[in-house]
Amino acid sequence: MRTRTSLTLIFIIVLGLMAGWVALPGSNFDIAGFRAAHPVREGLDLQGGLQVVLQAKPVAGQTLDGETLEGTRQTLERRVNGLGVSEPLIQTRGSDQIIIELPGIENPQDAIQILQQTALLEIIDPQGQYLPQGTLVNTTLGPAEDATGSSAATPAASPAAAGSATPVAGIQSPSGPVYETIISGADLKDAYVTTGATGMNQVVGFELQGDASSKFFQYTSSHLGQPMSIVIDKQVISSPSINGAISSQGIIEGVPPTEVENMVIQLKAGALGVPLEVVQSRTVGPTLGRDSLDKSIFAGVVGLAIVALFMILYYRLPGVVSVVALLIYTAITFAIFKVVPITLTLAGIAGFILSIGMAVDANVLIFSRTKEDLRNGKTLSQAVESGFTHAWPSIRDSNITTMITTFILYLFGSYTGTSIITGFALTLFIGVVVSMFTAITVTRTLLRVVVAAGLTNESWWFGARHAAVAPAVPSPR
Amino acid sequence: MNHLASKRNLWFTISLIVIVPGLVALIFSGLKLGIDFTGGSLWEIHFDQPTRPEQIESALNGAGIEHAIVQHSGPATDETYLIRMPEVGEGSAQKTALEQALKTEIGPFTELEFSTVGGALSSEIRNRAILAVAIASIGILLYMAYAFRNTQNPMLYGMSALVAMLHDVLVVLGVFSILGLLFNVQIDALFITALLTVIGFSVHDTIVVFDRIRENLAKNQGDSFEHVVDYSLAQTIVRSLNTSMTVIFTLLALVLFGGGSTRMFVLALLIGTISGTYSSIFNASQLLVAWENGEIQNLFRRITRRQPSSIAPAS
Repeated sequence: MRTRTSLTLIFIIVLGLMAGWVALPGSNFDIAGFRAAHPVREGLDLQGGLQVVLQAKPVAGQTLDGETLEGTRQTLERRVNGLGVSEPLIQTRGSDQIIIELPGIENPQDAIQILQQTALLEIIDPQGQYLPQGTLVNTTLGPAEDATGSSAATPAASPAAAGSATPVAGIQSPSGPVYETIISGADLKDAYVTTGATGMNQVVGFELQGDASSKFFQYTSSHLGQPMSIVIDKQVISSPSINGAISSQGIIEGVPPTEVENMVIQLKAGALGVPLEVVQSRTVGPTLGRDSLDKSIFAGVVGLAIVALFMILYYRLPGVVSVVALLIYTAITFAIFKVVPITLTLAGIAGFILSIGMAVDANVLIFSRTKEDLRNGKTLSQAVESGFTHAWPSIRDSNITTMITTFILYLFGSYTGTSIITGFALTLFIGVVVSMFTAITVTRTLLRVVVAAGLTNESWWFGARHAAVAPAVPSPR
Repeated sequence: MNHLASKRNLWFTISLIVIVPGLVALIFSGLKLGIDFTGGSLWEIHFDQPTRPEQIESALNGAGIEHAIVQHSGPATDETYLIRMPEVGEGSAQKTALEQALKTEIGPFTELEFSTVGGALSSEIRNRAILAVAIASIGILLYMAYAFRNTQNPMLYGMSALVAMLHDVLVVLGVFSILGLLFNVQIDALFITALLTVIGFSVHDTIVVFDRIRENLAKNQGDSFEHVVDYSLAQTIVRSLNTSMTVIFTLLALVLFGGGSTRMFVLALLIGTISGTYSSIFNASQLLVAWENGEIQNLFRRITRRQPSSIAPAS
């Protein structure tokens, strides 16, 4: 028993030091860049930023499936990456929503416009080349940066074919040729799935409006057998070859059967796959966030200090033990927040501070039982053991109910799109789990050590002989 | 302190006195629902120079927003205002127009926060909130019945804890209904979070007491149920108060020093915690006694016996 206790004590000290090292603010005492790599991840309400929930509004006849939504999410991710935000979050939610969080963004209004804009569809003259899918191109309607904001323009587009293109004056292309736009999205009247000439395979059918059809007829009749490229957001999505002169109606053959449906949707809705509508947005200015963070931290420190003072005054020596346990608890929890990482929000901090109060509860339960058993005539070391055994069922049952609540809270939060609520639920859950751990190991071991070290044989230190403190307990026969 | 159970009717009466005013407010004026549940926009801005809410309202009115509610967000000397208005999109032309109107008619300002929730989404949030509270209640009831499966009447413990929990929910809802009436305090998704946490804490507290009753019942089989509950309470009351005290200390620190945007959230937690402590000692355990003594059954019998006579048509 002795050796096990000392081993546990060593384990606790090592764990406490490690957790404390991770949890420490700033980035001093770093080893191998670990601390620098795990900073506190601050939520939107702490560092300011923008959160948007976009609702998919399928066009008539379009059915929304997971794939379309995921494709749309990826497109949005590309656009967001162009905004230069660190640690953006772009997630699909449920079957028809996408949630975007842009921490620290300076111009939320512009960001929303960029996210929501329907992408530009173009059919370009690729100068006789079969441009591979995914190639970024410059066109006469604008350079690649316009759409993506990325400077990595046209990595795959061969510059060899530059020549007959007719760049519009004023548009500079940093790299790669500028291809001529024959048709843009505005010229498109409709797109649909139809069957090809053989009647066997599905192809993409499209229809052009008025003026565009004559322009397209001219181009297709003079470029028979050559490729044309369909470009969305300056990115080539397909390069079919021209098999005949097309005026108002045409088909695109050679599209893989699995892609036909997608391409029709892309043509109709633009690159977003499905039109999106902002149903919820939240912008937090950077000053409010900073202010809230400072205040919450101050409140947390004050709360912790009062609890510590209360515990020591009321429970004396065990109180001191519980305060040590509480500090280790705080360090472990905060270290977990940093390493996982858990995004810390205002409500999350509140959850954390609340869990400090709950963590104390396990200690209070153990101490109350120990005190009782001392009064019932047990020796100090017996009372410490039995006090723990008796308190355990209450600690377990009460914490499990809290876990049930946090679990449901988490589900509720992830459906209402509020990272505030999920943050609160997560921090409270972690707090409850860690508090159970510290009660089982830290508090118990420290109590054993205190007793074994013979620091005191006086049960006064456990507050058991002080009549004024002890409640009148009717003797349970 | 040794005979808490004998005064149980007094404890129930105190609960009623606390709950009834809030309940009346709840029935007649309900809760002031925030944009999370109704849809709309919430705008918090800080002006560089002094102004008044009415001035902001008239500026917004001029830009086409007729039903804006403008309030001071903090103390009246701090030029920070909270504007509630119908849905205005972030980045929309309408918002730009509103910003322009405020800038020209009042002066430069800083945007602290702007939230918009669409109408369709808000009703979804409302439904999910009700669902979340319901599922949490059922989950806790089931766990209680499981944890107390070795007692004579496991469901009794679950039901008593549930009633005590409902008590706390009603107290919090009632207080916020009154706050809504007096200070136009609105409830949001964060409020539901507080409510669910209160549910968890209330049961957490009740379980510790019930756990002791379970233990003492097994140890002292000759005693009357009322007596067992009495000394179980005496054994746990210090712990209940101490635990609640530490939670209340931390929450008080948050209410007093924490940021303004979570103040109402923490206040809901604080009220719920105090109510939860009271209900676990003075309601949940007393309900066990009242049931075991057949008082609740008697009450129901009286009600059901009276009813047929009043409903029966005079023939």
